[in-house]
Parts: sequence; C-alpha cells; structure tokens
Amino acid sequence: MHESHEHEKEFRIPIGPQHPALKEPMSFSVVLRGEKIIGVDLRLGYNHRGIEKACEERTYIQDVYLVERVCGICSHTHSSCFVQAVEELGKIETPKRALYIRTLIAELERIHSHFLWLGIAGHEIGFDTLLMYSWRDREIVMDILAQITGNRVNYGINTIGGVRRDISPEQAKDVLKGVATLEERTKYYIEIATQESTIIQRLSGVGVLSQEDALKLGAIGPTARASGIKRDIRKDDPYAAYSELSFDVITDTHCDVYGRTVVRLKELLESYKIIRQVLKNLPEGPITVKVPRKIPAGEAVSRCEAPRGEDVHYVKSNGTEKPERVKVRAPTLANIQAVKRMLQDRYLADMPIVVAAIDPCFSCTDRLVTIDETDSKHKDVMLWQDLTKYSVEYYREKGFDFSSLGSKLKKLDNI
Amino acid sequence: MSAFFHLIIFPGFLFLALSGMVAEFIDRKIYARLQNRVGPPWYQPLADFIKLLGKEDIIPAEANATMFKLMPLFALTAVVTSFIYIPMWKTDALYSFNGDIVAVLYLLTIPTLTFFIGGWYSTSLYARLGSVRSVTQLFAYEVPMFMSILAAALLANTWTFSEMTFFYSKHPFYWLFNLIGFGVSLIALLGKLEKAPFDIPEAETEIVAGSFTEYSGRLFAFFRLTIDIEMIVGASLIAAVFLPFGLTAKPFVGFIYYLLKILFIIGLLSLIRTVLARMRIDQMIDFCWRHLAPFALLQLVINLVLKGILY
Repeated sequence: MHESHEHEKEFRIPIGPQHPALKEPMSFSVVLRGEKIIGVDLRLGYNHRGIEKACEERTYIQDVYLVERVCGICSHTHSSCFVQAVEELGKIETPKRALYIRTLIAELERIHSHFLWLGIAGHEIGFDTLLMYSWRDREIVMDILAQITGNRVNYGINTIGGVRRDISPEQAKDVLKGVATLEERTKYYIEIATQESTIIQRLSGVGVLSQEDALKLGAIGPTARASGIKRDIRKDDPYAAYSELSFDVITDTHCDVYGRTVVRLKELLESYKIIRQVLKNLPEGPITVKVPRKIPAGEAVSRCEAPRGEDVHYVKSNGTEKPERVKVRAPTLANIQAVKRMLQDRYLADMPIVVAAIDPCFSCTDRLVTIDETDSKHKDVMLWQDLTKYSVEYYREKGFDFSSLGSKLKKLDNI
Repeated sequence: MSAFFHLIIFPGFLFLALSGMVAEFIDRKIYARLQNRVGPPWYQPLADFIKLLGKEDIIPAEANATMFKLMPLFALTAVVTSFIYIPMWKTDALYSFNGDIVAVLYLLTIPTLTFFIGGWYSTSLYARLGSVRSVTQLFAYEVPMFMSILAAALLANTWTFSEMTFFYSKHPFYWLFNLIGFGVSLIALLGKLEKAPFDIPEAETEIVAGSFTEYSGRLFAFFRLTIDIEMIVGASLIAAVFLPFGLTAKPFVGFIYYLLKILFIIGLLSLIRTVLARMRIDQMIDFCWRHLAPFALLQLVINLVLKGILY
C-alpha cells in the first residue's frame, strides 16, 4: 500500500509545541509523504526558565531547592548532583547514613519515574488501560516518598552535608511492604509487555538505534542500555552508597522501543534489590554535618544517574556564599539527537512512542546561549570542529589520546 | 400519525438518541471499571451533548462552510434511517423491502464517508490525515463485514432482514453456523465505530482528533451523537443477523432479550478496547485482509455448502 503513496506530495505537519502527544513544549516539524516520515526538524527552547542564572544570585543552600526544581520527575537526582559538587568543593565528609538515605530516595524516585514512563508509553500507543494500571501502582511509591520526605514531587530532603530527615524503623517497614507489592506488579507488567501481541507489534522494530549509532550520538541511560551499551553512572562512577551495594546494570540488544521498555521494567527489579539492601545495611550515626556558609574557591563536576540517564552538574565557586557559575546538563539533551535517527523511515503513528521512549524532559533541557558578535572581547567564537580539536589537544597534554575516537570506539566491541 | 410516532419517537430518532447515550455511558463505565477507575455518572453523555449544543460553532476560515455544516446532518440521517430496516425484538422490522440488507449496509457506510468529507473540507492537516485514515480503514473492514452478513443472508436465501430473522426463528439452531461471521463482524464493527484497537483515524497522540479536529459546538455534538447511535445500530444489526433468538417471544420479553443482546455486544466491544493497544494503519489493513477476510470467506463457503446439504 505504501508503494502506491510514493507519488504523493510531501507535506509538513507540526507536532508541538502544543500537541496532545507532548507533555511539555517541544516542536517537531515532521515532513511526511503519506504516512511515512521523510524528515524531522527538532526545536527546543519553549520553556527557558533561567535557572542557571538564578543560581548565581542565591546562596548555596537556596540553590539546593532551586536546582531541585529543574525537573519535576528526577528532582532528587538534580539536587543530589548539585549537593555532591558543592560537597566536593567544600571538602565536606557526608555521613554514611545520609548517603544511604540519598540512595534510597534516588531509587524510589527511579521507580516512580519508570512507572510514570510505562503509563505514558501505554498512552502513546493507544493502550490507556496500561496507563491507568501503572499510574495506580505508582501511587504506592508516591505515598512512600510522601511519608519519608513529606512531599510527593520535590522532596527537599537533600542539604549540603547530608539529608534533612532521618528514616525511622517503622517507615522502613512501610517501604519494604510497598516494595513487595510493587515487585509483584512489576513482574505482571513484564509479563504483559513481553506477551501481549498488540503491544509487541507496536514496540518491536520501532525507533531502532544501533549500538554504533548510540555511541556516536552519545545516547545515555536506558536508551543506550537498550542498544547494548553498558553505561550506568551508578556503576561507572559510583556516588552516594552505590559502591557498597550489589546490583546489575540491565542491558538489552533489541535496540528498539521494545528493548527500552524491557530495560526500564527490569531496572525496576534492580531498584527493589537496592532498596532492600539499603534498608538492611542502613548505618547508624548522624544524618548531617555542619557546613560553613562560604564555600572555598574552585570548580567541581558531579554526575548522577537520573532515571533518564546521566545528569551532569558543574559548579564554580569564588569563595563567597554564592556560586559563580552553575551549569546543568539534563539527561534529555544527550538523547534528543538520537530521536532524529530513530524516526528515520518510520510512520507517523510511531512518532509519539519513539519520542516518549527516550523519556524526554524538554523543560529541564532548555538552556540559552547568546553569542554577542558585536562584543569585541569575545570575537573568537569556537565552532564545533575547533572545540573538538581544542579538547583533543587539551587531553593530549595531560597524557590521554582522544584523536580518531570513532575508529577506536569501533574496536571496543565489548562495551 | 403512527408513522410519525414510529420515526420520531419510538423506535425512531428520540429512542435511538437516548439509547445511544445510554450505550455510550455503558461503554465508558465498563471501560472505566475495567481500568480501575470510577467512570462517569449516568447522565454524563447527555450533559456533554447539552453542553456542546450551547457552545459556539467555529468554522475555519479556509473551510468549505456548506460541506462542513452539512456533514454531521448527513451522518446522523444515514444512521437513523438504517435503523428502521433492522428487526429488533420482533421477526419483522418497522419497514422492509426486498434488498434492504444492501441498503442498510450502504447507509452504514455513509457516516464514515461524511467523516472523510467533513475532515477533508475542514482543511486542517490533522483532519486531513485523519480523514484519509478513515477511508483507508473503511476499505479494510467493510469487505469482511459485508461478506459475513451476506453469508448469513445466503443461508436464509433472502435479501431482506425481516425474512432472514423469520428464517432463523423457524430454524432455531441455525444461527450457530454463523459464529465465525459473528466474530468477524464484531471486529469489523470496532473499525466502523473507530474504537481501539482501530481508533487509528482519531489517534489522539498522533493527529489530535483526526477528522473532528476542527469541529466544535453543535456540529461536533451531532457527530458524537451519530457515533453513539451507530453503536446501537451496529449492535442491533449484529444481534439481528447473528443472534436471532427470542424474537417470537411476547413483546415485552422480546424487548428484554433485545436489550440483553445489545448489552452483551457493547460489553464485548468495551472489553476488546480495554485489553488491546491501538494498531498502526498498515498493521490494521494487514490484519483485515490477511485474517479477517479469509475468515469471512470461510463463513461464506461453509454457508454455501450448508445450503447444498440442508435444502
């Protein structure tokens, strides 16, 4: 049937910035021939909030709460990431118990985010029953989070040098009870996703991103792991209490939306494992240490594994009580380029689920860069090629050789 | 005067409109309960209808206003007309003529065509994509549906519904031969009503509301009423053709039978749309031609053979 459409005229259809498929503003301008996607133009930038600049105007402790509001779903990841960078700058020893509690909240957040994603994925393929079921079960973890932190979304549990609330043995018991129910439900969803034929029809073979492409386009998080790349900050660069916990990095070789679904669902089971270990091995001791208001000058980069992938925060301090620069790289920015590749030669009907499959957070990603060419001091704007050359040179001086990275990556077939 | 009563009040337009709304409520309620939700109160469809009547009709400046306004009326007229030829709780329909099976099937195709034309003339990109999908889908489900209904008629050796139901009441267990056709036309009805897994023409997450994207106010209310009535008409059609029992009972008992049959069919439709995800248009056409059409053909062959044996 599609061959007969070949003679049809191409036309452009706007998906977004306002569209039922999108929960946040983002513009996809899709060129169609019949039902087939010929090209996609992406445009971000509808929800710029100036958070980075606002951080510079506030003290470190105020910034913790501001940074938490970068994302409504992975809020804890952002605040942990920021707090870690500041703690590194201030050479602050965070108590063990605080690190464990941070890990606990991070994993609960991952559970709530993955359940949320499962529901959205169901909705995008027109399977609202899955949406209703998974969001109902998500309430369990939301209640647990509200019980521990006092909030459902922006938990406000992190502070520089520890956490603000301790966890009592009764709360721990409730968490374990909730986790047991959730584990049972998750197994049921894994069964549905891997056996229900209309779901498999809509997911498998859709939005293919080969391992090579995933490496080249810098995909991260579940998107990369579903393409067979074992990349997880929790394992690669352990933070909080992850180095003391045993868990597996889930990968899948389907390379499509089906693979991403399976990876997320199986990751939930790993999260339950982590939570049980955290609650079992929760060390005694204080939950926070006193931190001076002024942070010593310096710069630090910190990484966290958000439910969507690697989250990077950069903090530069000038010795006062306010940071000089805060830079946030939300996970979606790393994955958004891969969407274009995934949509190639697919049908319009696949577009919502392919976009949803990277679990996008467009508003968290929005940053603004102004290049003022009239400014004589900053005449030399670096282009992408110059920047690559500069970074290769920079690392060569330090003893690392990153030239011809592409061919070297190809040799590493065991990643 | 009696004709007027039949056409406008019972079992004509008013009865149909109200039962269509009840059908929508039942469908939504079952769907909601199966999804672990509370669901709408019983008056919700009526409240929606009244609210829409009170809203402003917005017609896009680019659209062809005449066609845009006419299509909801065409759709409504077609489904209401088709209803009077379908037997419900008696063996004979309200009106009947030789060849009314073809006429009803034809009348039931008109709503889909009006969705196409209405969507096309509203000139919105989403509406156009939706309307093209409507028609593409029409070609896929219509043929299996026709074949399975005509197979049942073939066994009864008639072109009218009334004679067909009369035949099946005289031979009480013959309807069991048509069970394959029942399944086929039930699935095809899902396509006709544009419900999941065949809600491709109005896939919200892809093309907003499909053909109805630009419709609002009264015109949209009539389109929605059409779909509600189509659900009742489609269910009555399937009940008359494939579940033709209890038609010779006393009028009141027959009416109860009829309601139960309709409820059963609507319940099945709701159940199917609860447990399945939306298909892609290419998958839908593949499914209809590769699976549905051969089954309908099988039914046709079975009935041909049976006809040779039974007569």
